[in-house]
Amino acid sequence: MAKINGAVTVNTERCKGCNLCVVACPSGVLDLKKNEVNNRGYHYAYMANPDKCIGCSSCALVCPDACIEVYRVVEK
Amino acid sequence: MELNDIIRPENRVYKRPSLLNEAHMHYCPGCSHGVVHKLVAEVIEEMGLQEVAIGVSPVGCAVFAYNYIDIDWLEAAHGRAPAMATATKRLMPDKLVFTYQGDGDLSAIGTAETIHAANRGENITIIFINNAIYGMTGGQMAPTTLLGQKTATCPYGRRADLNGYPLAISNLLAQLDGTCYVTRQTVYSPAAVRKTKAALKKAFQNSMDGKGCSVVEVVSTCNTGWKLTPVKANEWLQENMFAKYPLGDLKNE
Ligand SMILES: Cc1ncc(C[n+]2csc(CCOP(=O)(O)OP(=O)(O)O)c2C)c(N)n1
Ligand code: SF4
Ligand code: SF4
Ligand code: SF4
Ligand SMILES: [Mg+2]
Repeated sequence: MAKINGAVTVNTERCKGCNLCVVACPSGVLDLKKNEVNNRGYHYAYMANPDKCIGCSSCALVCPDACIEVYRVVEK
Repeated sequence: MELNDIIRPENRVYKRPSLLNEAHMHYCPGCSHGVVHKLVAEVIEEMGLQEVAIGVSPVGCAVFAYNYIDIDWLEAAHGRAPAMATATKRLMPDKLVFTYQGDGDLSAIGTAETIHAANRGENITIIFINNAIYGMTGGQMAPTTLLGQKTATCPYGRRADLNGYPLAISNLLAQLDGTCYVTRQTVYSPAAVRKTKAALKKAFQNSMDGKGCSVVEVVSTCNTGWKLTPVKANEWLQENMFAKYPLGDLKNE
C-alpha cells in the first residue's frame, strides 16, 4: 500500500499562536510550544508528532497569518 | 522517511501566496480577516490578475489591507468603497476592481453606496466580512449583530424591541437586478476555506467579464469583540451565525 509522508514548516516569527491549525489537523500533528515564545511573545505552532503528518494542508488553509507551508511525498 | 527528504521544493503542495508580502498583519490572533486576505492574494495570483487588480479598502479593521497584498489599492472613507470602486471601474474597465468591507462599513454607514452600486450593476466584486460587530472600534453593536448577542453597546444582549432585528443584507442585494452573483461563505474549516476561494474566483471572473455586481459575504469571527478564544469563536460562529446567515449561493446567474 502507498505510504503518505507529510511535513509542514511554520514561520515561527509570523505565528500568533492562535491554535486554529492545531485543532484543524486531523492527525494530531501540531501543538503550540509551551515554554517558548517568538519575538512578539506568542507561543508558536510546531510539529509535536511529525511522523503522523499526511500533508493534507488543513492546517495551512485555516492559518490566518499564512505561516504554514506543506510538503507531501507518496511512497509507492 | 526523514523530514529532510520530505521538506524539499519539489514536494511542496501548499505555498504561501507570493502576493501576500512579509509585512506582519496587525489583526488579532485567529481573526478571519487574515484568512480572507490570504485567499484574495492566492486567487489574484492564480488568475494572473496582479497587474490589473485594484482593491478598495474600508474603514474598519481591514483598513490596512493595502499594506499586505501587493496590488494597487485605494482607501475609501467609511462606507464609500463601492462608490470609489464604481468610479475606478468605469474609468478603467479593463481592471479587476473589488471592495473589501466589514459589516459596519457595508451595512451601516455604507448601506446606500452598497445597494446603489449593486443595483446599478457595476462590474465590481464586493467582499463582505460579516463578523456581526464593529471590530475596530472596540466591539459595538452592528446592524448584523444577532438577537441576544452581547456587545459593548448592548451588554445584556441585542433586543428586537430596543435595537431592531439583525440585517441579512446579502439577501437584499440578491433581489436587485444589477447583481449576477451573491454568495454567503465562511472560513472556519479547511473545506469552507476552499469553497470561499472558489467563490472569490467566480466573482472576480464575473467582474472581468462585465456580468454585473458580485457579492461574496464571508461569515467571519471577531474573537476579540466576541471575547472568546479563536477556537471558541469558531465554535460560536457555527452554533449561532448560520441560523441567521445560512451558507450557500443566494444568486448565481
Ligand atoms: C465617518 C466615520 N464614522 C465612524 C467611524 C468609526 N468607525 C471606525 S471603524 C467602524 C466600524 C467598523 O466595523 P466593521 O465595518 O464591521 O469592520 P470590522 O472592524 O468589524 O472588520 C466605525 C464605526 C469612522 N472611522 N468614520
Ligand atoms: S498537513 Fe495535515 S496532517 Fe500535516 S500537520 Fe497539517 S493538518 Fe496535520
Ligand atoms: S494557525 Fe497559523 S498563526 Fe495560528 S497557531 Fe497555527 S501557525 Fe500560528
Ligand atoms: S478586533 Fe476583531 S475583526 Fe478586528 S482584528 Fe481583532 S479579531 Fe479581527
Ligand atoms: Mg465587523
